[in-house]
This record gives sequence, structure tokens and C-alpha cells, in this order.
Amino acid sequence: MSLDLVLDAALFAFLIVMAIGMIREKNLFAAVMLSGIFSLLSAGLYVVMDAVDVAFTEAAVGAGISTVLMVAALALTKTEEKESEGQPLLAAMVCFMTGLVLVYATLDMPTIGDPNGPIHHHMAPEFLMPSYEQMGVQNFVTTVLASFRGYDTMGETTVVLAAAVGVLLLLRSDRPEPVDGRDEARPSLSDGRDEARPSLSDGRDEARPSLSGDA
Amino acid sequence: MKNHFILRVVSKALIPLILLFAFYVQFHGDYGPGGGFQAGVILGSGFILYALVFGLKNAERVTPARVVETLCALGVLIYAGTGIATLFYGGNFLEYGAFHGVAWHAHPTAEQAHHFEHMHHAQHLGINLVEVGVGTTVTAVMMTVFYAFAGRKRVEPPAAKTAESNP
Repeated sequence: MSLDLVLDAALFAFLIVMAIGMIREKNLFAAVMLSGIFSLLSAGLYVVMDAVDVAFTEAAVGAGISTVLMVAALALTKTEEKESEGQPLLAAMVCFMTGLVLVYATLDMPTIGDPNGPIHHHMAPEFLMPSYEQMGVQNFVTTVLASFRGYDTMGETTVVLAAAVGVLLLLRSDRPEPVDGRDEARPSLSDGRDEARPSLSDGRDEARPSLSGDA
Repeated sequence: MKNHFILRVVSKALIPLILLFAFYVQFHGDYGPGGGFQAGVILGSGFILYALVFGLKNAERVTPARVVETLCALGVLIYAGTGIATLFYGGNFLEYGAFHGVAWHAHPTAEQAHHFEHMHHAQHLGINLVEVGVGTTVTAVMMTVFYAFAGRKRVEPPAAKTAESNP
């Protein structure tokens, strides 16, 4: 039994434990923490598969930033999950069937590292081999992302920008004064969001009332 | 979290390292794992850690929300601008090889080895420029999203309003 297999089995076992824990956990804060651990475990799996760039991204984004953002979002809502009413049997069936279809789809895929896999016949020779020769860049993930697929990456950067624009449009319209101790400020805004708006009279928000009027 | 002494000391020691590591990942992406996206996330999380420990007000003094929002768009502009620049150098959009200059086109047969070296430099330059664009946008977007969430205050549901308005 190779070391890779042991690592894979252990990591996948932990992943399943984390997933079940996240489903069963009613405390949202604990669920967010578990999802961070889930991401870190998947990052470990990617390292075992030699996909260090993906592992890096997963660790930084999944375990790092998104956990922080979820906690920041949790600060705005309750920490306990609402009890769901009824038995969502139909939803469970849809999830189960989708899972079955996905498993069925993997049956057609070549096994990992199979030298006869289609990826090794026309992608690797054309893109990976000349990467260093033509580009002089050792990390061919960078070459593929930034050079061969430069258009894609530009589109992705634009998508990231669009995400920020969306968040700003949704969340910033009633942005209050930044406060240090959030707990002190909380009782004062028990009157809902419209009350918080007049406090933004610091010049740049002067033009905004027309926006909020449309919404 | 201002009163947590250990948190403050540890994060003060960690933040410079995080920022430095982000730049390492940014500019070492050609040689090892990493690149603009990862570097952006790490750089952004350095600032977010600062905001978490020292408060949003202090963080906004370091990186005003307005500047960060401008940087979001600036990164995409750097990326697309690199493409426009390659057009002016006579290549296709985002064809970094164009950066090796007009010199090679004038002497197509001379110095093949030299040509490869030039091409490598051109590719490095193009990739680095583009990655700086990605890093700028990702850093700024992560911080913007965090600011947007952290700047909001809790909206109490109507039922809980009466209970919580008298602390």
C-alpha cells in the first residue's frame, strides 16, 4: 500500500466527516469553521495529486478569505440555524440522483495518471512541452494561465471585478460609519436600515439618496 | 478585538511577513507555485487581518475604501492595457512576444539564440505585467468585499426588535 493511497484515504475520510459535520451542525459559526477545515483538507488532497497551484489557491481562498467573509457575514445575522419545516424529501432525492449521475460520468474518465489518457496525447505535447522552450517560464501553470489562455484570465479578472461591483451595489448603499467595537453600536440600530442612512453625511454619500429612492 | 494583547502582538509580527510573502508569490509565480490570484488573496488577507484586529476605522486610514475600490478597476485596466500595449508593439492582443521589440523583425535570420532570449524576456515581462493586474484586482476586491460586509451593522428582525432595543 503506497503512501499516496494512505494519504488519500485519510484525507477523504476526514472530508466526509467534515461534510457530515457541516450538515448536522446547527451552530453556524461552527459550520463555517468546519467548511474552512474542509477547504484545507481538499488543499491537502490537491498537494497529494501534485496540483500545487490549485492547492495554494484552495488554501488561500477556501480556508482563508472565504472563512473570514463568512464570519463577517455571520456578524450580521444569527449564529443558530433556523429549524427547517417539513421533510425535504424531494430535494434529497434530486441531490442523490445528481450525485449518481456524476459518479456515472466519472466511469468514462481515464484513471489518474493513465498514460493513455487523451490529455497526454494532444494537450501535454502541444502546451506543456514547449512551455519552457518558447516562453522560458518554468511553471507551466503560469504559462498556460497568463500566456496561452491570456484571454480567459482577463475574463476571470473582469468577473472578480464584477463580483466586487455587485457586492458594493448591494451592500454599500447604507454604509454606516466604521466602528471599532461593533457591540457598542449594535443597540442603536434596532430601528432597521433606513434609520442608519442619515448618518452618512460625509460628503461622498451626498449624491446617493437618489439611488436609494429608486430601490 | 483591540483588547486582546496576544492577538495584537502576534498579528503585528505576522502582517509584514504575510505582505512580504504575498509579493514573493506574486513575482515568483513564473518559477514556482503561485501567481497574481494567490498573491492577491494573501495580500488582501494581510490587510483584512489588520482590519479584524485593529478595527475597521484604523484599516480605512491605511487603505481608504475609495482607493481600494479604484484599485479593483485599475487591475483590470493594467491587464487590458498590457494587451493594448502589445498591439502598439505590432503583435496581437496579449501576444507578449511583441514586447521583444521591433529589432528582431528587422533581422529575422540573425542571432537565433539571441532571439529566444529576447522572446523569453518578452514573455516574462508580459506575464508579470498581467499578473500584477490580476493581483491588484484580487487584492482590492477581497478588501472591498470585506469592507462591505464589516461596514454593515446587524439588521435585527422585526420580532426581535422590541426585545433588543432596551439593552
